[in-house]
Parts: sequence; structure tokens; C-alpha cells
Amino acid sequence: MIGKRKLSHRLYTYLILLFLYAPIFVLIVFSFNSTKSRTVWSGFTLDWYRQLLQDKEILRSLYNTLAVSFLSAAVATVVGTFTAVGFFSMKKRIRAPLLYVNNIPLINADIITGVGMCLLFVSLGSFLKFKLGFGTLLIAHITFNIPYVILSVLPKLYQLDENLVDAAKDLGCTWFRAFRKVIIPEILPGIINGAMIAFTMSIDDFVISYFTAGSRVMTLSMKIFSMTRKRVSPKINALSTLLFVAVLLMLIIVNLREIKQDDKNKKQIKKMKEIIK
Amino acid sequence: MTNRRRFLAVPYIVWMAVFVIAPIVLIAVYAFASRDGAFTLSNFSAMGTYLSVFSRSFLLAIISTVVCLILGYPLAVIFAHETSRMQKIMIMLIMLPMWMNFLLRTYAWMSILESNGLLNRALAFLHIPPLNIINTPAAVIIGMVYNFLPFMVLPIYSVVVKIDRSLVEAAQDLGGSPAAVFRRVTFPLSLPGVLSGITMVFVPAVSTFVISQLLGGGKEMLLGDLIEMQFLGTAYNPQLGSAISLVMMIVVMIFMYFMNKFGEGEDKAVLM
Amino acid sequence: MKKIIGILLALTLSLALASCAAKEANPQTTAQEVNVYNWGEYIDEIIFDDFEAETGITVNYTTFQSNEEMYAAMKLGGTDYDVIIPSDYMVERLIDEDMLEKLDFANIPNLSLIDDSVSISAYDPTGEFSVPYMWGTVGIIYNSAEITDEITSWSSLFNSDYAGQIIMFNNPRDAFGVAVKYLGYSLNTTDETQIRAAYDLLIEQKPLVQSYDMDTIYDKLEGGSALIGVYYAGDYISMKENNPDLKFVLPTEGSNVFTDVMCIPKGATNKANGEAFINFMTSTDIAVRNMEMTGYVSPNGAAAEIYGDGLDVEDYVIQFPSQDALSRCEPFLNLPQATLDLYSQLWSDLKK
Repeated sequence: MIGKRKLSHRLYTYLILLFLYAPIFVLIVFSFNSTKSRTVWSGFTLDWYRQLLQDKEILRSLYNTLAVSFLSAAVATVVGTFTAVGFFSMKKRIRAPLLYVNNIPLINADIITGVGMCLLFVSLGSFLKFKLGFGTLLIAHITFNIPYVILSVLPKLYQLDENLVDAAKDLGCTWFRAFRKVIIPEILPGIINGAMIAFTMSIDDFVISYFTAGSRVMTLSMKIFSMTRKRVSPKINALSTLLFVAVLLMLIIVNLREIKQDDKNKKQIKKMKEIIK
Repeated sequence: MTNRRRFLAVPYIVWMAVFVIAPIVLIAVYAFASRDGAFTLSNFSAMGTYLSVFSRSFLLAIISTVVCLILGYPLAVIFAHETSRMQKIMIMLIMLPMWMNFLLRTYAWMSILESNGLLNRALAFLHIPPLNIINTPAAVIIGMVYNFLPFMVLPIYSVVVKIDRSLVEAAQDLGGSPAAVFRRVTFPLSLPGVLSGITMVFVPAVSTFVISQLLGGGKEMLLGDLIEMQFLGTAYNPQLGSAISLVMMIVVMIFMYFMNKFGEGEDKAVLM
Repeated sequence: MKKIIGILLALTLSLALASCAAKEANPQTTAQEVNVYNWGEYIDEIIFDDFEAETGITVNYTTFQSNEEMYAAMKLGGTDYDVIIPSDYMVERLIDEDMLEKLDFANIPNLSLIDDSVSISAYDPTGEFSVPYMWGTVGIIYNSAEITDEITSWSSLFNSDYAGQIIMFNNPRDAFGVAVKYLGYSLNTTDETQIRAAYDLLIEQKPLVQSYDMDTIYDKLEGGSALIGVYYAGDYISMKENNPDLKFVLPTEGSNVFTDVMCIPKGATNKANGEAFINFMTSTDIAVRNMEMTGYVSPNGAAAEIYGDGLDVEDYVIQFPSQDALSRCEPFLNLPQATLDLYSQLWSDLKK
């Protein structure tokens, strides 16, 4: 009975995974197709990859995407972590409305955030004589990234034992030293998690970038959008394949490290248990 | 001493005022302005004709959210019962497509659903008459479900996995049928995850313009299309666009308010 | 308290650093550059390398799908274009709304290569704001292997026999243009009843339409997933290379003849670079390369002759229509604000 249930669970999982991966598989297969057809297979080629790597516009957009994602995630992580500590130290009465405002970019549809920022930058720009560009794009990304960092750091702060901080201070630590040596290590998993989410959100964003990047800077998403609105080239499939492989490799490396870490931890626990015995 | 720490939040509070509050205020200002900048309500009265766009957007978003919930909930529960190593792999498999570009994921469906695309070629091979899916609302729903399903699975999983097994076992020991145990124990406990999943699927679904443009053939607009069209598209009118944005924002907020009232504890809902 | 200030300083510093890095991350800001905004599929992008080799100016190139989209991007503001390439009627509107710079023709000596007949125009009566890039007509493109009826009239696009196979323009002026011409009115009518009649026709047509497209029409007609559509003559030439079954017809009711024009928006950062680019684009050599890539016709007479010599008779007639055919065609003109608002509103209504 249990076996049957397990089987049906597996089957269901596989079906969903098929749904999720079949389209990607199709994209990958047709990146090697020797004609431009998206549906008829006519032979193997690596031509699209060659063309992709020679396409300056695409490479530049990739560079822009990586630059804005790294910078915005880094700034958001620093600001978000400090802010989370600040929020945590406030009275609930003050913190609650601030958290509510903090949640606005998360709850709001991207298009509203994008349109609003666009209006803001355009009106500020006409006063202060600046145009939309990398700077406005970066500000927009930082703004929608910070809330993710705050939300992943705050729970770790709630778990923090205040006594530890007090103890550190009693032992003569300055306020900042206590912060650095006690608080930061305790909330580090939350910070890392927040940074990762922020980075992912930046990489994947299209709508907000579309409204805030202006005419000179294109992110990869924007470039792909403009490519899908033209005569479509299998370069787009080649790009998908490369991105997929890159992400896959990254996840495998991270996971292997985690699994190794897990095994180490288990061994240590075992050892400790033996010692206790 | 802790009092001082709260000043750490000051820079971001200023930041929020400028980059979170001000844009919304600007949208509101534009919504009540005419082309010449005078106060007017005409943007809102003009909106009456777009009621069909509102209802279509909400309908498609609700359908997509429900489909995501029906497909995603069982998956989240199955995951939660796997061994921890298996869980990790499964979650990675669900997240992997998410890491690929959103537009590429949508684009993939174009070549599958096209009238002489892969799906219809496969059907023709099996002597089944072709399906006309591309450029219809069905294609848009498929695109939404495909893109947003992980946003439903992950929050539900992260709540279900923390449910105390002994509670479920206790209910079973007390003679609860599997259905009753699910209805009275498992599901209520997983509600925060469900609610945050619904939010994470519904909001992008109701406001998308990319999916409808790529898969919907530009025939029947969604709210996102209508807004985009007034700002950077073919019917330049940012005042009207702002008014539509404002109304959409308010309707979505009301919608979510009732959602959250329906099951309390939204704070606890976990993001990932 | 000092430490808090220190932290605040560190924060602002890191922000400042980030913005410095941002500047560095955007290498175009220091080098000589020109920001060009053009229709999609409307240039041989390889010429950018030639331009850079010749002048040392890098081209940042972005594209739009329709005049209206370009107008929105310009009007909303915050953009930074040095050269834009809209169509005639839109240039007229931009001039009316004081959104263009006067060109310094000392920087554009190649202007002398342009045929006089094209350079004197209704859209830019003084000729101070623009240099024409390409011209062409709008017509029906269909798959002659699947559609065996003789196509001569706009009525084919409203024919229920082709339900689900029709592709229609995805911008208001062109789409309404088809309906207005079919009804026998002027493309530039300001009569509300005529425009509303055209709207009713488009509403009637909507269930027959497979999709509203701009440059996505290429793949659909070439690949056979749609059989009949309306687009620009030049693009037909490049579509035919990929699917020889495709045919082009200039409908008997007459059509639109357009000129796409290079201009410089008001307040452009790199005006001189923009003029250098316009001059470069107008040279015979580059005009020929652009024509061969895009299939449109340059107003540079010498270049057009070189290009025309390479065409077979059938294509030549399409690219260089007879005076008789051209006399049935009409250019778009800018319309009064009230009519533009009506178009905007009806266009949104059509898609609702």
C-alpha cells in the first residue's frame, strides 16, 4: 500500500518536472539546429553559439546585468542588514509601520514600482539635469532588493540571544565590536540568504528595469525582450542553453559543498555522542 | 544601549521616503492631472470603458493562481515528506528554471504552442486534430502557471516541512480519517504558506504584460498591457496610465487584505 | 554617537563608491558615442563597426516597434537619444511640439546626394530638421502556396475565409490606415464619423485576426503559421528570401507611402556626433549596404540605382512603383490633437 503511494508521488513529481523542463529542453535542442526553424530539426551546428559570442550588444547587456546585480545586491545587503538591526532595536509601535512601508515594493506589482520610479526619475531628472541610465537602474534595483534582505535578516535577529550581546559588553567590548563579533556571526546565514535572494531578483528582473534604464543601458532581460519582438534568431536558444548550464553548474557546486558540510557535521555529532557514552 | 542601534535604520527610512513613498505619491498626482497639469477626474471616468480589461486580468490571474495551487500543493507536501537530502535536490530542481531568465522561459512556450509548433506536430503525428492555443487566453494561462508555479510550491513547502509530525500522528491515532486529518490539521497549519504562495503568484499574474504580449498575440489586453501602452507603448497617456495603476494597486491591496484576514499570521509566512 | 556617524559615513561612502563603480561599469560615458533609436530590423548593424573605425564614435543602438512607441519614450522623458529615425507624420508632430534640433548641414555634406524630389517635403517644409533615410509603401503580403485566390484589395484582410490566418499591424496609425483606405477615405481624415466607421470595421475584423504584430510578423509569414498580413514593402523583399511562396500586393484602393527620416531630438548630448552619423548613413556606399540588408529604398539616387540594378523585374516594380501606382498612395500627415486623442482612445478600446 505504502509502496503504491510512494510510486504515485514519484510519478506526480516527475510529471511536474517534465512540465517545468520540457520547454527548456526544447530550447536547448534547437540551439544546435542548423536552420532558423524553431520546430523542424535539420542538422547539427554550433553556429548560433559563435554568433552569440560575437554579438556585442548581447555581451554588453550581460555585462550590465551582472554589474547592476552585483552592485545592487552588495549595497542592499549592507544597508538591509544595518536597517534590520535598527528596526529590531525599535519599539514595536514604531517598527510596525516602517515594516509595512518596507513591504510595499514586495507586495506591489512590478509594473507599479517601475512606473512610479520612472515618473520620479523623470521629474527629478528634469530639475537636476540627469537622464535615465545605469545610475537610475541601480537605484531602482537597490530599492527593490533591500526589503528582501531585511526580511531575511530580521527573523535571525529575533532568534538572537540578547544576553550574548550584553555579556560581550560586560567583558569590555565596545558597542561596534559587540556588533561585529557577536551579532553579525549570529545573523550571518540570514545575511547570506538575503544577498542571494537580492542577487537573483536583480538578475531576473525585467519590468522595473524596462521602465528605469532609459535609452542607453540595456540589461539582458531587456535585450531578450527586444529580441523576441524581432525576427527571432536561434542565438536566443544558444543564450538560454549557456545560462541554463551556468546555473546548473553553480547549483551543483553549492550543493556538493553543502552535502560535504552535512556529512562532516554528522560525523562530528557521532563522535561527540561516542565521547558522551 | 540598544536605543542607539535604532539609528542604524535612519538612512533607509530616508531612502524609503524618496524611492518608495514618493513614486506612489507621484502616481497619485498624475492620476488626478490632465495633460496640462490641471486637476481632473476625467482619467477615472475614462477608465469605465476598460472594465473588461480589469475583469479579464483578474479572471486570468485567479485561474492561474488556482491552477498553481492545485498543482503545487501536493508537490510541496510530497517534497516535505522526502529525506532531507532528497528535499534539497527537489527544491533545487524546482528553483533551477526560476534562475533562468523569465523571458526565455516564456519564449520557450512560443515555439511549443505555435500553430505549426511542436505540440501540434506531435498531435498530427498521433493523428489528433491540431489545437489552437497560441494567441488565446489559454496560452497566457499556461505561460503564467509555468512561470509562477515555483512561487507557489516554495512557500507552501517551507511551512509544511516545519509542521510538527506528532500533531498529525496524534490526529491519526485519535481515529481521524486521512481526509479529516488533512482538513483539520495539515491544511490549517499550512495556511500561511498557502497565503503567501497565492500572493506571490497572483500579483505578478494580474499585472503581467510580457506573457500576454508574447503568448496572447496582442489581441486582448491585460491590465499590464493597458498600463504599459499608456507609458511606453502605442497610446501615450501617462495620466490615464497612472490612474489605472492607482486603481489596480488599490484593488489588489483590498483583495490581499481579505486574503490575509481569511487566514491570519501573514507575518509568519516565509519567503523562501 | 561618533560611531553611528562613522557608520553612516561608511554607508554613504559605499553608496558613493557604488555609483563611481556604476560610472566605470558604463564605459560609454567617457568615450565618444552616439545614441541611435531606430525601427527594428531597419539597418545593417555591421556598419556600426565601420562608423567607429572611421570616426572613433561608438554607436549605442536601440530599436522601437512603431512611431507611437518612439514618441512615448521621447515624451515621457529621461531618455538620451542623439539620432532618431521616425516616419514623416511623426516628424511633423515632433516639429510642431518643438522636440527637434535644427541640423547643422555643414556637418552633413552628403545631403547633396539626396534626390531633390524627396528632400522637399510636407513634413519638414523648411528642411531644417531632417534628412530622409528610406522610403517605401505598405501592402498585403500573402502565402501564394496556400491562398490561391487573386489578392488585389484590402478586403482580403477582412475576408472570413482567412479567419485565424490574418496578421494585422500592431500600431494605431497603420492599422486604422488599412481600414480607412478600404472604406475609401483619406488616410488623414479628421472626420470623426469616418474614423469611427474604420473602428467598427476593425472590431468586426478582430475575431478573424490571428495576432497583432510588428516585427514578429516575419517569423509567422515565413514559417507559414499565418498566411496573410499587412506590412512594409521593403520587409517583403527580405521575407521572400526565406519563403519564396510569399507575394506582395499594393491594393487597388491605394495605400500609404512613407518616408522615414533621421533627426536629432532637442537637447541631444552628442549633437555633432549625431550629425556625423546622419552624414555617414547618407553616403552612397552605406546606403547601398543598408538597402541590401533591409530591402527598403534610399533617397540617395546613386545608391538606389545600384540597388535597383540588382533586383529582378517583379521586385523592382514593388520597390520602385510606377507613377500611376504611387498616385494612388498617400503619405500620413500629422493630425490635430483631438484626432490623435481619438486614435489613442479607439486603439486602447480595440484591444480591450
